[in-house]
Amino acid sequence: MTAGRVAIVDLGLGNLHSVTKAFERAGANAELSSDPDVLLRADRLVMPGQGAFKECAHALAGEIGEAVKTWIGSGRPYLGICLGMQALFESSEEAPGQKGLGIFPGTVKRFTRDLRDAEGRRLKVPHIGWNQIESTHAVFENAEWYYFVHSYYCVPADETLVVATTDYGAPFCSAIARDNVIACQFHPEKSQHAGARVIAHFLGDVSWS
Amino acid sequence: MLAKRIIPCLDVKDGRVVKGVNFVGLRDAGDPVESAQRYSAGGADEITFLDITASHENRRTLFDLVDRTATTVAVPLTVGGGVRERRDVSELLHAGADKVSINSAAVANPIFIKDMAEAYGAQAIVVAIDAKRVPGETDTWTVYTHGGRRDTGLDAIAWAKRMADYGAGEILLTSMDRDGTRDGYDLLLTRAVVDAISIPVVASGGVGTLAHVHEGLATGGADAALAASIFHDGHYTVAEVKEYLLDHGVCVRPPEPD
Repeated sequence: MTAGRVAIVDLGLGNLHSVTKAFERAGANAELSSDPDVLLRADRLVMPGQGAFKECAHALAGEIGEAVKTWIGSGRPYLGICLGMQALFESSEEAPGQKGLGIFPGTVKRFTRDLRDAEGRRLKVPHIGWNQIESTHAVFENAEWYYFVHSYYCVPADETLVVATTDYGAPFCSAIARDNVIACQFHPEKSQHAGARVIAHFLGDVSWS
Repeated sequence: MLAKRIIPCLDVKDGRVVKGVNFVGLRDAGDPVESAQRYSAGGADEITFLDITASHENRRTLFDLVDRTATTVAVPLTVGGGVRERRDVSELLHAGADKVSINSAAVANPIFIKDMAEAYGAQAIVVAIDAKRVPGETDTWTVYTHGGRRDTGLDAIAWAKRMADYGAGEILLTSMDRDGTRDGYDLLLTRAVVDAISIPVVASGGVGTLAHVHEGLATGGADAALAASIFHDGHYTVAEVKEYLLDHGVCVRPPEPD
């Protein structure tokens, strides 16, 4: 595998141990960094996400955010995970008034409190656990199970960005892709073999873009 | 559709599994890392370590253990036992735990849960509730702490609600009456807590058969089933539990060939 150097964006918001380890297991030379120069020198960029949109937006308001935007504009492969997906949009209900990176038009919404499944049972928020995706995208596997843990989900203005949906009361956008950018709401680093394959696909050739 | 989770729990003391795990071909029955790897490869949706190390000095072995587990196991890891202050939470999360389970410290200082959920996100904070039926009363349970030795007098249902309001991401609910009995989960307790709160509930305590796991999820309504001895004793594999649940109409993530 010619993964080259993978930079993992460290916004200082939490533990990125498992993301780093997942890329190392996949054979990548992974480096956690908050230094724009280090980030921009890598061959692939991964932005994991933990914590809240507000802190994430704050952290991205400075030079790291500029570096991520420059990176995405440069056409090199980007993988956003969870908050690293949500941050690509303009705003989030989690933190009204805070700006995301605005790479794509759209917002991030909270699951409503009256969500119900097909049998009428109330669904819990956060959405925690393993759920399936429907996808035709090469990086993901249709009908595969991945680990989710979130209360908010992306609503892209351009529906053609959506490359995977997941059912939780109703279908929500669980992954997007456009050119060199892919992002998923679930956590490949916590999704056992299925997640390892997502990472391997991201690290592999870029025919997915 | 969201799958119900199956979670093997390992009791750990001084970095070793307390009761040992009876797997065919396991090199070291006392190594929590090797056991966790086996369980995750066998389809466990999550792994829980409950640390019962008494001395503070030996806590280091737990952090090392969590680090080694998180390095090799790619499913979520929950760690509980002896979590008293912010530093305990932070150290466990930094060692690689995805969730930290808090029990006695929540009762001693309920605001601790609010603070931890704000600092690390609700998804990282599990409140463990050890509940026991009040003798002579129907379907009333109180919360016990300190490994089940101390009755707090708190009503378990009201306590679960309060912890959910304070930002806990999940409740790990153990029936003290059933723990270790193999008589099955306390289904009324499980159902009562599930119906009272809108965050996920992990049922624990009492599993002896495949039917017990099914009851806990279907009748009790739990979002996840935690079990220890049925897995460690080699009675059932996680895959067997999941096949049984799938045959009985429960949505679980099918075990994947390793």
